Amino acid sequence: MPLRLHYNLEKLSMGLVAAIIVAASIGGLVEIAPLFTIDETVAVPKDLRPLTPLELAGREIYIREGCYACHSQMVRSLADEIDRYGPYSLAGESAYDHPMLWGSKRTGPDLARLGGKYSDRWHVDHLTDPRAVVPASIMPAYPWLARPLETGNLGPELATLARLGVPYDPGMIANAAADALAQARPDSPGAEAARGRYGERFAARDFDGNPAELTEMDALVAYLQSLGTQTRAPYEVLAEGIE
Amino acid sequence: MRASLTMAERKTGLGLAAALALLGLVMAAAARQGAMAVHGAMALALGLVLVFRLGAALYDAPAAIPDRQGRYDDAPTRFGIVMTLVWAMIGMAAGVWVAALLYWPEATPLWPATSFGRLRPVHTTAIIFGFGGNALIATSFHVLQRTSRARLADALSPWVVLIGFNLFCAWAVTGYLMGSTQSKEYAEAEWYADLWLVAVWLVYFALYIRTLARRAEPHIYVANWYYMAFILVVAILHIVNNIALPVSLAGARSFPVWAGVQDAMIQWWYGHNAVAFFLTAGFLGMLYYFLPVRSGRPIWSYRLSILSFWGIVFFYIWVGSHHLHYTALPYWVQTLGMTFSVMLLVPSWASAGNAIATLNGAWHKVRDDATLRFMFVAAVFYGLSTFEGSFLAIRPVNSLSHYTDWTVGHVHSGTLGWVAMIIFGALYTLVPQLSGREAMAWPRAVEWHFWLAVTGTLVYVVSMWNAGITQGLMWRTYDDSGALSYSFLQSVQAMAPYYLLRAIGGAMFLTGAAICALNCRATMRAAPAGAGARDRPLTLQPAE
Repeated sequence: MPLRLHYNLEKLSMGLVAAIIVAASIGGLVEIAPLFTIDETVAVPKDLRPLTPLELAGREIYIREGCYACHSQMVRSLADEIDRYGPYSLAGESAYDHPMLWGSKRTGPDLARLGGKYSDRWHVDHLTDPRAVVPASIMPAYPWLARPLETGNLGPELATLARLGVPYDPGMIANAAADALAQARPDSPGAEAARGRYGERFAARDFDGNPAELTEMDALVAYLQSLGTQTRAPYEVLAEGIE
Repeated sequence: MRASLTMAERKTGLGLAAALALLGLVMAAAARQGAMAVHGAMALALGLVLVFRLGAALYDAPAAIPDRQGRYDDAPTRFGIVMTLVWAMIGMAAGVWVAALLYWPEATPLWPATSFGRLRPVHTTAIIFGFGGNALIATSFHVLQRTSRARLADALSPWVVLIGFNLFCAWAVTGYLMGSTQSKEYAEAEWYADLWLVAVWLVYFALYIRTLARRAEPHIYVANWYYMAFILVVAILHIVNNIALPVSLAGARSFPVWAGVQDAMIQWWYGHNAVAFFLTAGFLGMLYYFLPVRSGRPIWSYRLSILSFWGIVFFYIWVGSHHLHYTALPYWVQTLGMTFSVMLLVPSWASAGNAIATLNGAWHKVRDDATLRFMFVAAVFYGLSTFEGSFLAIRPVNSLSHYTDWTVGHVHSGTLGWVAMIIFGALYTLVPQLSGREAMAWPRAVEWHFWLAVTGTLVYVVSMWNAGITQGLMWRTYDDSGALSYSFLQSVQAMAPYYLLRAIGGAMFLTGAAICALNCRATMRAAPAGAGARDRPLTLQPAE
């Protein structure tokens, strides 16, 4: 009987089309749709802050150079990963990440808890010539990051992210380029205004040690130093688990 | 292209080419700089070349072959085969180069476009879309016409599909070199390229359905079910995964609307089903046609074909979440992904078993004919890598294998062992046939290619298994004091011999593919003048 049914279905091209669409849609609907409706799926931590414009510029360099091909940003809930990298990653941590950068391969180590682990100087030396600081490293060198950072597009980018639900207010969008510069020049007049917009919980300093210019290196190091510092939630969840 | 078109079609084609040139001009003018401007210039240049070629053809006589309806339209398939081989060279060379960089990292030139992170998506896109996609489109046109015994519904659409698809591939690959990427794995191309692909895909689907409607066979052959599943589901996956908000219509930069855990789930729903519906369903369609043709044996079991087809279409969609075990994705979704991954083994092995059982009674041909041997090895690797896939999807196994080179080895046992082998089997069957010859120009070279491909695949896969399991174990080993035994760097150092072996295995595979490309070129050039396929479609009888 089912064979007979199929025998007839094979004669109808649009019947096959409809059957394929139905059969191939069910799994996706069951697995994906609830992720948008169940509140607990993404409990956005109360203290989660969005990236500053300079850090966002760094994230785009991270994407441009394909860093995600070798570095994950997702600590799994396994003992050895927690011991090696730090508290396991929570869904809410990447709630503002368009797109997420969880990664799928660790040719190099996970970076989800990288922020604050190494000095700015180490990052600059390491990105410029990895084997100068880690002789056995197989990471490519990125000497071209010393070039000036293009900040003109940061405002529209923040505005786009705001439309997608990332909490950037109009003041942040209007001053994106100025705030990017201010983060790398903490003694400049604009620094106070940036603090007013983004709070105290971000690192402000001359990341690349070159006060003459705002470079791509400044942005990338600022981003790397922000990883895992946007919220304290994973540390609190882990501490509760241990108690 | 031009010879097979009527005057009216040449005029329509001229209009389309002019529209493409105009689109390129608008893109370049609006963007003014960056990747989008370069891509606009590429479209403009391509459009102008087509305008000149079609424009010149307007003054060519004779207009077209008189009994066109009495012949299959094979010119697009020939062009698709050439593009398949061109992309094979680009994609495999990029792969060998990035593999070598992992062994000799200091060899990276100080030029951004040659860096590992930018070339890795060039490798994956050139292979999956360029090599695999062109092979699928080219063979689907051939199989569709033969199994329907009808000519393609119109002469222009296949060219729109092939030229448009290759423009997408070229946009994607050059974009990554310039640093323009969405960073979503296997979907890195930027928003306008994604939209362009949707348009191309709609033309492809319409052409397929319209040609099926003209078929002279009552039943739609199983190969076409798979090609249709490939076309339909890839469209759904591509559209949902790539929904993005451009920062400006005059720039390449965009942000995906999905974020965090939802983005991760959608990404791997897409990513794994790109494996399912691009790299599996389409190629099973290829297998179901070329294996019986080459071996001269009918498919072993019709019932098994039905079971495996619907099993694959229904089960595969569920399994993407096995890429996210132990992550922040809800546990129940991970469990569903794992469960369906294990169940998927049933239809996968039904397909592989059906293919191998088809060869019963033709084993002497497998021994003597390297082309048929390519297809047999493809079926075996299909069975092996689907078993490995189900195994790696089991949560505790995945805790060891995930993030390691074991995954890379698994993917390549599928892509080198299964996808590339079935493509080579199909090409060696198709190229002589379309060139009006009995055999390839250099039959011995097929044998060389076969052994290079098999050895290269085994060297690659075995070295990556060792690499991955070593990494996984080193990362999780504790010493007696309860501290981790190895630093991450020690696990990197342990990889060196395996990375070297992998580059050697890849280079062998590349060498074989280069021999194939030269052999196909020689065969196509040695075609007798005016030669075409000797088989003919059923011509429709005019009504009384």
